[in-house]
Amino acid sequence: MSILIDADTTFIVQGITGREAVNLTRECLDYGAGAKVVGGVTPGRLGREVHGVPVFDTVAQAVAHHGEPIYGSVVTVPPAFTKDAVFEAIENGIKLIVIVTERIPRRDVAEMVELATLRGARIIGPNCLGIIVPDVIKMGGIGGPARNAAQAYTPGPIGVISRSGGMTTEMSSTLSAAGLGQSTAVSIGGDAIIGSSYAELMPLFEADEQTQGIVIYTEPGGRMEAELARWVTENKSRLPIVAFMAGRFMDEMPGMSFGHAGTIVEGKEDTAGEKIARLAQAGITVAERIEDIPGLIQSKLSERSPA
Amino acid sequence: MRFFEYEAREVVKRAGIPVTDYGFTTDAAEAKQIAERIGGPTVIKSQVLTGGRMKAGGVKFADTPDEAEAHARDILALEINGHMPRGVLVDPKAEVAQEYYAGVVWDGTRKQPVMIFSPVGGIDIEQVAEEQPDKVGRRHFSNILPLSDFQAKEVIASTGVTGSALNKLVPIVTRLAKLFVENDMTLAEINPLGQLKDGSFVALDAHMDIENEARGRHKKLLADLGVGDEETRQAREATPFELAGEQVDATDHRGVAGNVTEFDGNLGLVIGAGGGSLTLFDAVRAHGGKPANYCEIGGNPSVAKACGLAKLVLQKPGVDKIAVMMSIVSNTRVDIVARGVIKACLELNMDPAEKIAIFRIPGAWEEEGFKILEKYGVDYADRSVSLNEAARRAVEKIQGVAA
Repeated sequence: MSILIDADTTFIVQGITGREAVNLTRECLDYGAGAKVVGGVTPGRLGREVHGVPVFDTVAQAVAHHGEPIYGSVVTVPPAFTKDAVFEAIENGIKLIVIVTERIPRRDVAEMVELATLRGARIIGPNCLGIIVPDVIKMGGIGGPARNAAQAYTPGPIGVISRSGGMTTEMSSTLSAAGLGQSTAVSIGGDAIIGSSYAELMPLFEADEQTQGIVIYTEPGGRMEAELARWVTENKSRLPIVAFMAGRFMDEMPGMSFGHAGTIVEGKEDTAGEKIARLAQAGITVAERIEDIPGLIQSKLSERSPA
Repeated sequence: MRFFEYEAREVVKRAGIPVTDYGFTTDAAEAKQIAERIGGPTVIKSQVLTGGRMKAGGVKFADTPDEAEAHARDILALEINGHMPRGVLVDPKAEVAQEYYAGVVWDGTRKQPVMIFSPVGGIDIEQVAEEQPDKVGRRHFSNILPLSDFQAKEVIASTGVTGSALNKLVPIVTRLAKLFVENDMTLAEINPLGQLKDGSFVALDAHMDIENEARGRHKKLLADLGVGDEETRQAREATPFELAGEQVDATDHRGVAGNVTEFDGNLGLVIGAGGGSLTLFDAVRAHGGKPANYCEIGGNPSVAKACGLAKLVLQKPGVDKIAVMMSIVSNTRVDIVARGVIKACLELNMDPAEKIAIFRIPGAWEEEGFKILEKYGVDYADRSVSLNEAARRAVEKIQGVAA
């Protein structure tokens, strides 16, 4: 199985007529068994089509047209309009929202996340590339065109969670080359506040039988790794975890931001060095190099279930 | 973006929180006039965006207006941690009975703002939290439910403060929380929050940080405070090289080829994307390489932009070679970046095969990209070569040059 989405997942694309969204829609329709993109929303564009997907003015119209609840939405509207688009999705019964948009002020993100929580919906992102279940479905631009995604991602036992969209593919490709496929790979976004953190996705992977181990990509900035370390310890997770920490050089440059909006060293706790120590305390192995990840996770897997 | 103290105090004042009758100036003679108006002992404070100004001599006490003028003159000429002051703040020397702390920050784990309050103020709140944890109160508040006085009351009362002090503090902390939210702050702190001999409270210093992504919706406030659009107030001022990088990125709206940070090494980096750049920069350093710069390519930039960035890096004094490396791309096209960096070399009359230590960008349109690179004899690698290995090869080549 997989987490978050599967072959039957229906979703819409909000902002579907934008250049990036048109490409993303094509990619999702082409990948695996072909995603069920049941509609798109761009206000004022009712009646158009994008790669055969009908376009509506409102999410409510898309739901009415579909005739039953729609599970997900990929939101690609400009930052100033994202909060409204996400509120619209949530209030129309959408349960899983992938926010691609970058540069959204964190107050808006926090409001979206709180409303989603109240309504039992989940947000992935913002500033992310989405979710992929290898050979089955992808929701978002993750992995790029179907042909490229198929080259990097293969089905298998490893769950991948990453604060960087590009590195989700780099790590999955490295795992695939070593014969370790992925159950689901999630690009969670690089902002200071995001809808779903490592610790918030862990229970889903924990409950997924296909998943036997987890690989994460992390950066300096924030407390998300400490939260993961605590979750793993408190819940006695069955899943071995290997982490990769990029941006170690930033420890020498407090107050400077590199890479992603959330990546800035502001205090002692959010340095790369401190995070590595915390992860290690929770039994999470921190790889020095990407190419070491397959070997590390493989040996952890064989420790837990001797052949 | 961080505010200067005189700006933060203005924000506090506008929120209806009592402040002292201070004045800001860039002129020593005017400092004297402000001190005369205040009439009594004053404190002259350097307005710099760096810590440790007290130790550095950037805060001085004056009994007379003449003394205030002399101190202002000294402080205006005093560089602190590489920063020249924006001006000085002339503040009445308050008769403080007790110093408190009030602040609001984001909690990224809970995804809500949190009010922080302590009856132990005037020192770093993290130090108080470590040494007297029972003297620090914290309370999260909702992003969508109404903000109400009782929340501030709870956090203040949790630190043992009661009586008239509690009742006077509640509106101050509530207003601070409100200004934090309304102005898209990432930090709003009054420290110390002074209780005067008569029992009233006044903000004696304030720290405010506004989120860069939200600056667009606070144009009026920023204009009122005199903050220019071009002021980024990074931890260190942008260098001319970094500003040139911003210009390259502004060439057109397609993708990103910028976020340049200057370093002083000999290996120029044309790298991406966000996470890939962080990984690659670490890898170059781990192999003993000396990067000349950090940068990011992503989102499929135009040939012109990739070329502009490569040219900028190639022309940087001290750069012997460049390494062009990214994590596997799916949106950015390999051939476009390849075209851009080769064009840069040719336009500068440099041999791409000699100047480009390695090109490691696998992914979308790689066949086309690799064909171009082959034509010019550039050493390239596909995804079977890790980011780390690519960085190692680049460092190996350049150290050959240095030796």
